[in-house]
Amino acid sequence: MKHIQNFIIDFGWARIIIGLFLLSLFILAPVADVRIDTSISDTVARFGMACVLVLAMVPMIQSGCGLNFGLPLGIIAGLLGATCTMELELKGLIGLSFAMLITTVFGTIFGFFYGKLLNKVKGSEMMIATYVGFSSVAFMCMMWLLLPFKNPKMIWGYGGSGLRTTITVEGYWLHVLNNFLSFRVSESFVFPTGMILFVLFMCLLIWGFFHTKLGSALTAVGSNPDFAKASGVDIDKMRVISVILSTVLGGIGILVYQQSFGFIQLYMGPFYMAFPAVAAILIGGASINKATITNVIVGTFLFQGILTMTPSVMNSLIHTDMSEVIRIIVSNGMIIYAMTRVNKARQKK
Amino acid sequence: MTTSGPLLQVEGVSKDFFGTNVLSDINFNLEKGEILGLVGENGAGKSTLMNILFGMKVISSTGGYSGQILFEGKQTSFKNPLEALNSGIGMVHQEFSLIPGLTATENILLNSEPTRYNFLTELFGPRLSTLDRYEMQIRAIAAINKLGFRLDQDMLVSQMPVGHKQFTEISRELDRKNIKLLVLDEPTAVLTESEAQILLKSLKTLASDGIGIIIISHRLSEIMDITDKVVVLCDGKIIHTSKTSDTTVDKIAECMVGRSGVLESSKAHAQKEQAQKEIILKVENLWVDMPGEHIEDVSFDVIRGEIFGIGGLAGQGKLGIPNGIMGYFESGGNVYFSGKKCNLGNPREALDQEMAFVSEDRKGVGLLLDEPIDWNIVFTAMQTKDQFLKSYLWGLIKWRDSKAMSKVSKQYINELEIKCLNEWQHVRQLSGGNQQKICLAKAFVLDPKLLFVSEPTRGIDVGAKSIVLDTLRKINKQKGTTIIMVSSELEEMRGICDRIAIVDKGKIAGILPADSSSISFGKLMAGVGETL
Repeated sequence: MKHIQNFIIDFGWARIIIGLFLLSLFILAPVADVRIDTSISDTVARFGMACVLVLAMVPMIQSGCGLNFGLPLGIIAGLLGATCTMELELKGLIGLSFAMLITTVFGTIFGFFYGKLLNKVKGSEMMIATYVGFSSVAFMCMMWLLLPFKNPKMIWGYGGSGLRTTITVEGYWLHVLNNFLSFRVSESFVFPTGMILFVLFMCLLIWGFFHTKLGSALTAVGSNPDFAKASGVDIDKMRVISVILSTVLGGIGILVYQQSFGFIQLYMGPFYMAFPAVAAILIGGASINKATITNVIVGTFLFQGILTMTPSVMNSLIHTDMSEVIRIIVSNGMIIYAMTRVNKARQKK
Repeated sequence: MTTSGPLLQVEGVSKDFFGTNVLSDINFNLEKGEILGLVGENGAGKSTLMNILFGMKVISSTGGYSGQILFEGKQTSFKNPLEALNSGIGMVHQEFSLIPGLTATENILLNSEPTRYNFLTELFGPRLSTLDRYEMQIRAIAAINKLGFRLDQDMLVSQMPVGHKQFTEISRELDRKNIKLLVLDEPTAVLTESEAQILLKSLKTLASDGIGIIIISHRLSEIMDITDKVVVLCDGKIIHTSKTSDTTVDKIAECMVGRSGVLESSKAHAQKEQAQKEIILKVENLWVDMPGEHIEDVSFDVIRGEIFGIGGLAGQGKLGIPNGIMGYFESGGNVYFSGKKCNLGNPREALDQEMAFVSEDRKGVGLLLDEPIDWNIVFTAMQTKDQFLKSYLWGLIKWRDSKAMSKVSKQYINELEIKCLNEWQHVRQLSGGNQQKICLAKAFVLDPKLLFVSEPTRGIDVGAKSIVLDTLRKINKQKGTTIIMVSSELEEMRGICDRIAIVDKGKIAGILPADSSSISFGKLMAGVGETL
């Protein structure tokens, strides 16, 4: 009994309730004529697609920069990486790797200036970050039209210039990670081994990073900046490093997402990408200045699970198509719920 | 109004906060036109006594007090400060309670403004009547004139120098027609010498008009100058009451620091080897801009291997010295460590020179409350000295060595008797004493040549206190670490230090050997000591 109690406290009531809800959806699925293997397949795939984006929250949370609402900036770095690589006609795994390389370069540059900006607005990072994300998306809306890309697969068919809103990655790196070592479990469930392995590898990298001297310093900055300063740590530098890491991870995250999804979404595509990631990590149990890899994995799984399952099960039960409405209610509702929980935890201190 | 009997009688007043006695059996009288000086160290109970007199909420919400207070012969027990004001008691607090955006006049007459009728009062009541600006001017000027200080009644409070704010505050109390008793809490602390003189003079005039005055101050010379009677509080008891003319500064100073002048003979440091008097830290003209603890111009030398104490009353600047040298607050001046000039303002540089600091702000600066004990203990050493790290890939990856962290943490948990579940417990869950021990362990791990400890025993229990002090003594003896200890506990410092400097008004009032008499320390704190 004691063990169960401790487990509940450790894991948190919130996660247990959401977990049970998710479980009940899986149980309901056959009743509502939703194939269970399709559901699991979708959940696993969505988990893999979103996980690195959620992981991109961790460095900034740990260094006390708050939740990375500026994730669109990182995503833009990823989009630039993808489009540049396609312009060079690099395909397959080589193409994706090269895209990641370019993304890292852009992400580092963007992250550096983004970090400098956040250092100037200590205390209200999250609000500024939101607007950094939004305005960078707006700026890129112009740039996507103006940048001199030539690959006919990417540009508008009529004018001959400017990138399309959605570009297919088919023929480039569609499913290169998903298909690596993948195996068929049932008729409509193919386990995307490569993508899951890659995601776990990224998690391992970040977990490792936080076990190094630099990672420890970053954690201390988030935990108590005055302590860190008194221990001779350069707070501003650590914060910039964390923002760069978060931005690069955001870029790599969108590349993983695209290779599974099949399309590069430009223009307003990145606009709302930050919110699901924020919701996921908060549901995973992270607070505003503490997040672990476990938070990322648990949170992404629960959030994406509910996001896949609720609309399909509900739709079948009530026989109308309102999947998008339900999705919005669920995802934003979860953000609100998670945010109130964060504030409660703060008051307790 | 009764004509006979004292203005204020305090009889057997006691007060405890949750079982700790703050005041016990306080008795004194105040006649009309008499000036009473209330002196005592920080925490002696002066403020509590005044809070009782004023019916402040802190008192009633913590269970009230025992004993009785008679004002003009009638027993009184004010339920709130407003009642006290209405009965004719005025109080000038140490912290200003003025509105910065209003002028002196508006502040002086706040809430008692003369008003004129206008038609809106018919509708909305007297709160909307017009201010009588002319009458206000006259009354403000009258109040200011009582003080005998040239104060511009139209100046905005926000633009005033501190001294003027103080006078505004006093004028406000004087404007009340029925004022009978005026209590001033450290009125001269923010004043310049000449302003203080004016204030004291005007207080005397007020007293001659029949107003009773209680003045709280730690400047004994002022107390001697203007009061008729002195009450010395120490640890919540009145230990000395006398007519000012019957006592001396020495006597008061001795009473203030408490206990007698005799020292325990158990001092280990009595004859320390000081054959080679090498100066490890030389401080010249140091200034530190630390809020509430300003340091203006401080110079002193610390000898290698000694324990150097820095004492003084709160707010006089003693805390500014270590915080400035370690780079926590903006500072300037020349500081030489082992002959090398230090770059002030950068904690990293100070740490690299093997200085360490146990901050008085345990929770703010000293600890990572939401991290485990082992993190707290080794973090600084890890960041500055690359200890507790394992190197991989030719130093490219510096991996945290949790085994080494655990080992050293366990060692200190045993050595300092830190009460905890294990080395992974979060520091927030520990008691103040154990947190303080962790702060010390953190500094010891650095193995510093010079260790600053600031208020090491503040807010911790007796058992932890003795462990902390013993450990400091031990580290000084065994490793030869030079220690600079900053503390408000003079007696504790006298038990452990070799020399003690007393800081007053942001400057060093004097440096004395620890075995000097308490009288001389008391006098230095009170600003009447002879500088050495």
